[in-house]
Amino acid sequence: MKKFLAAFIAILALCGGLAYGSNQLTKSTGDTGNKVLNLYNWGDYIDPALLTKFQKETGYHVNVETFDSNEAMYTKIKQGGTSYDLTVPSEYMVEKMKTDHMLIPLDKSRLTGMNNYGSSFMNKSFDRGNKYSIPYFWGTLGIIYNDQSIKPGSLEHWNQLWSTKYRNDIMLIDSARDIMGFSLISMGKSVNTTNSAELIKAKDKLNQLSPNVKAVVADEIKMYMAEGEAPVAVDWSGEASEMMSQNSHLHYVVPTEGSNMWFDNLVIPKTAKHFKAIYAFLNFMSKPENAAQNAEYIGYSTPNTTAYKLLPKNIRDDKQFYPDQKVIDRLQVYSNLSPQKVQEYNDLYLEFKMHH
Amino acid sequence: MKKNFRGLFFTPYVLWLAMFVIAPVALIFYYSFFDIHHNFTLANYQEFFTSGTYLTMTANSVLYAFLITLFAILISYPMALVISKLKHRDLWILLVILPTWINLLLKAYAFIGLLSHDGLVNELFQFFGLPIQHMLFTDASFILVAAYIQIPFMILPIYNSLTDISNSYIRASRDLGATKWQTLTKVIIPMTLPGIKSGIQIVFIPSLSLFMLSRLIGGNKVITLGTAVEEHFLTTMNWGMGSTIGVVLIISMVIVMLLTNTKRKRRRA
Repeated sequence: MKKFLAAFIAILALCGGLAYGSNQLTKSTGDTGNKVLNLYNWGDYIDPALLTKFQKETGYHVNVETFDSNEAMYTKIKQGGTSYDLTVPSEYMVEKMKTDHMLIPLDKSRLTGMNNYGSSFMNKSFDRGNKYSIPYFWGTLGIIYNDQSIKPGSLEHWNQLWSTKYRNDIMLIDSARDIMGFSLISMGKSVNTTNSAELIKAKDKLNQLSPNVKAVVADEIKMYMAEGEAPVAVDWSGEASEMMSQNSHLHYVVPTEGSNMWFDNLVIPKTAKHFKAIYAFLNFMSKPENAAQNAEYIGYSTPNTTAYKLLPKNIRDDKQFYPDQKVIDRLQVYSNLSPQKVQEYNDLYLEFKMHH
Repeated sequence: MKKNFRGLFFTPYVLWLAMFVIAPVALIFYYSFFDIHHNFTLANYQEFFTSGTYLTMTANSVLYAFLITLFAILISYPMALVISKLKHRDLWILLVILPTWINLLLKAYAFIGLLSHDGLVNELFQFFGLPIQHMLFTDASFILVAAYIQIPFMILPIYNSLTDISNSYIRASRDLGATKWQTLTKVIIPMTLPGIKSGIQIVFIPSLSLFMLSRLIGGNKVITLGTAVEEHFLTTMNWGMGSTIGVVLIISMVIVMLLTNTKRKRRRA
């Protein structure tokens, strides 16, 4: 009994010690000091050197916390108890947070450098007039292929994916909206269609793709493609750039007939407190030299066109990540659908996944 | 006074049961009667039992769970039998349990490394001059990995019931002229049935909803009810439908329990 009690006390003491330690380590969370900025960002989505530079220039220390999905970020902010000053939702999530009154409008009089942003990337359907959001990075949905088994230039259109050449060769990213989306685009329809007949047609067309589909996977798709598990994948440009940095045989194309265009955007959530720091940071990130440095570090496409001109020539001329204006004009942005329609997209997508 | 005292001791357990067993199950039942607009409805159940998608998915899940359980038994029983006869059987059983200390995700990734296109297994195949096989994202690999993960949970109850058998039964059956095979089928297996049954109970239900493995190893070519639950809770935020599937899973668990519990009842009677 004595031994048991001793063990019990030891375990309690250990738990207490660990709790204290973890508390000390996470103390930065919700730091309410005056010279700070709490940034809630995707993992590894800003050049750390910029944060140091920002602190040197303005004196504000940036606390970065990270999330890995829009939904996780949304839930955490909605639950409260946080004091994030800035966060980086994708376009449909900006719309959702806006309708749920979770965003604070931008005070345009305190923003500088807004004219650096290209007109193709502003005033989009998810936030007309950019009342709440500033684009941070943008990208596309496209096809990644491995030049060891596919001749460069031979796979450039969505419809080619259905070719019998690619039996059991294609990996798809597990996302209802994107997979239904490219099927819709391949039939010349809008990615935001709410017409059930069109959606069912898109699903039927996807069913015909199933013999070519090797797997429908999530984040692992990067690892699988980099290791050459499959020669073709449908994924976002951001993920593609990560795969390509690991395997030089991979290439990315945005089909010229159109695709999805996504945006990650800086917004001020309702939990914000340090407004001076927020505007200092937004203006800092809009500066072309900083935006360019960030774009070079992350490898995604910057919407800051002045910054784009500062990028090295090989990045600027990379049609994979900076397609021609003609292609950009054909890209479609997702709008936030009603819960019923989201359900309909997902149900049909599930039916496609079950189709063998 | 004494009664009160006893009641006091009992309170923490009642609270525990209420908070962590009864409340979650009740909440699942409660949510399953609401649609996305928080209106009371039976439509979720109606949809589940009339939609071809969900019924096929249920049939698929049951089939895969059955196969996983079957393979787990086929591998576990002989293994438990051998281990129970070994000298250092406690050490061996510890080695069997060891993989459960490793995170499921890590084990799945280890299998990706083994089964992938340039993985260890294919390298071995090449070494022996065999052609490269596409093993990931097939039904076979999904069942193999799932069975592997469930095996410790199957071996343990079987092993325990094996070690519970007194040696005198086995000696008696030999003395009475039974062959080794007859001793196994007429004495050992019937006496370890309770172990096999609890193994089935522990393995079958989780196998109905292995959504992570079905994506990582099955490449979403294997769709189980777990995939649908994940989708309803995380993507479409349709908690009602997700809960309905949860209720169906709970009910199937009850059915499996009833089916595998016949023995104990008979004994009581």
